Amino acid sequence: MKIRTLKRHVVEAFKSMGRNGWMSFASISAVTVTLLLVSVFLAILLNINYIASQIEDDVQIRAYIERTEKPENYKDYQQDLEKLDKVKTVEYQSKEEGLDELIESLGDEGEAFSSLKNENPLRDAFIIYTDKPQDTAAVAKEVEKFKFVNKVEYGKGTVEKLFKVTDVARNVGIVLVLGLVFTAMFLISNTIKLTIVTRRREIEIMKLVGATNGFIRWPFFIEGFALGVSGAVLPIVVIAVGYQAIFDIANQKLGTVFIELLPVTPLIPQLSLLMLLIGGVIGVWGSLTSVRKFLKI
Amino acid sequence: MIEMIDVWKTYPNGVMALNGIDVYIEKGEFVYVVGPSGAGKSTFIKCMYREEKPTQGSIIINGTNLAKVKERQIPKVRRKIGVVFQDFKLLPRLTVYENVAFALEVIEESPKVIRERVMEVLDLVKLKNKARMFPDELSGGEQQRVSIARSIVNHPPVIIADEPTGNLDPETAWEIMDIFKEINARGTTVVMATHNKEIVNTITKRVIAIEGGRIVRDEAKGDYGYED
Repeated sequence: MKIRTLKRHVVEAFKSMGRNGWMSFASISAVTVTLLLVSVFLAILLNINYIASQIEDDVQIRAYIERTEKPENYKDYQQDLEKLDKVKTVEYQSKEEGLDELIESLGDEGEAFSSLKNENPLRDAFIIYTDKPQDTAAVAKEVEKFKFVNKVEYGKGTVEKLFKVTDVARNVGIVLVLGLVFTAMFLISNTIKLTIVTRRREIEIMKLVGATNGFIRWPFFIEGFALGVSGAVLPIVVIAVGYQAIFDIANQKLGTVFIELLPVTPLIPQLSLLMLLIGGVIGVWGSLTSVRKFLKI
Repeated sequence: MIEMIDVWKTYPNGVMALNGIDVYIEKGEFVYVVGPSGAGKSTFIKCMYREEKPTQGSIIINGTNLAKVKERQIPKVRRKIGVVFQDFKLLPRLTVYENVAFALEVIEESPKVIRERVMEVLDLVKLKNKARMFPDELSGGEQQRVSIARSIVNHPPVIIADEPTGNLDPETAWEIMDIFKEINARGTTVVMATHNKEIVNTITKRVIAIEGGRIVRDEAKGDYGYED
């Protein structure tokens, strides 16, 4: 194919979009609506996943040491704990540090506990993080067996519930997004098919005048791509502006509980690229499959 | 130029449209194809530009056997045969100019040559001043002239016309015939299926009559020969 023919096809595709104004508008709207839904759900899903991992990563095991144990043995104990299966890190926290942390986490109300500094009711402790948050319960059981351990705390019950919730949230999200993408493909390709079916006669005429299949297909290919990509523009703008706003508000409110949303970059650039890709691919696919039907003459 | 040797066509539904056609058309001839409706006229014409493929026999046009040509080669064959239809078959969303230019775009002609040639043929069919209009803004006769301009713009050696005046009023039909006469005078072979008795009897040319899928009459300076 000559370059000037490719140029002709591009010009022809855009001319056709203009002259079939309403059909083009219908196709672009269909793409816009579905991609908007897909991008919103995708942003929600990715954030649920992100927040879930943050919460899961926060899960720790606190092993309080018997008051009778001597601090000089602590190094050995720490090594014993580190040798356990599925344990990632073990940190030592003295009772003084523990109290400070408690006071700080309570904020203004914590001041009341300052008086306790002389008769600290807490114990020295090891803080254990596991390789996978899901191992917490099993590791906690192992830790409990050590003699020097007085008590183990890991939020029994709550942790298991948390994992159930995050798992369900992830799965529901994935199913929703996949379902939406398929609906989008169906809807968009159908709309584009409609615009082409109305041109069935034109394709027949082109063939009778001596156009090859490729010659007929090219402008449709370009048009489908352009329609799909145009449909992605509005969803990208909406998600970019909307997410920035939500991100700003959420980070002010969630800051105190140490949870944050996915940062705007790279999430928005990535989502935008994905939307352009889905739009373009579906547009091309929809137009080519429908043209193919009419080319046999 | 055009040669049909023992051509048969049976449609999948069992209709036998052509039953052994033998015909030879010389370069530069003007031939009318006449006959009652359903006699096989249309199939005869359609076989010439390979919209229909004969069940048996050879159709040789410009040295190519249309009965044997591969699917992929059909566009190339059609580019050497100009076709004019009763219903014009113009692309509704293209302007007059673009409709004619389309036939040259498919052979990847340069934009400069396209512009020259399109304006040249539009001048011939006297539609230069309506180049920017769309088909639905034109009268039937004007639309047919666009269709003729498109069929001759790439200088094919053969023009095939399937009842080109069928949808036009008598006066317009004569205008169209003047254009065909002009095209033929320039050396292009013209094969025209028609029901127009007056035209056939006035502009006398070779007449091939088809009935029941066979050639029943072939006269050098013939007349229409039917009473409708």
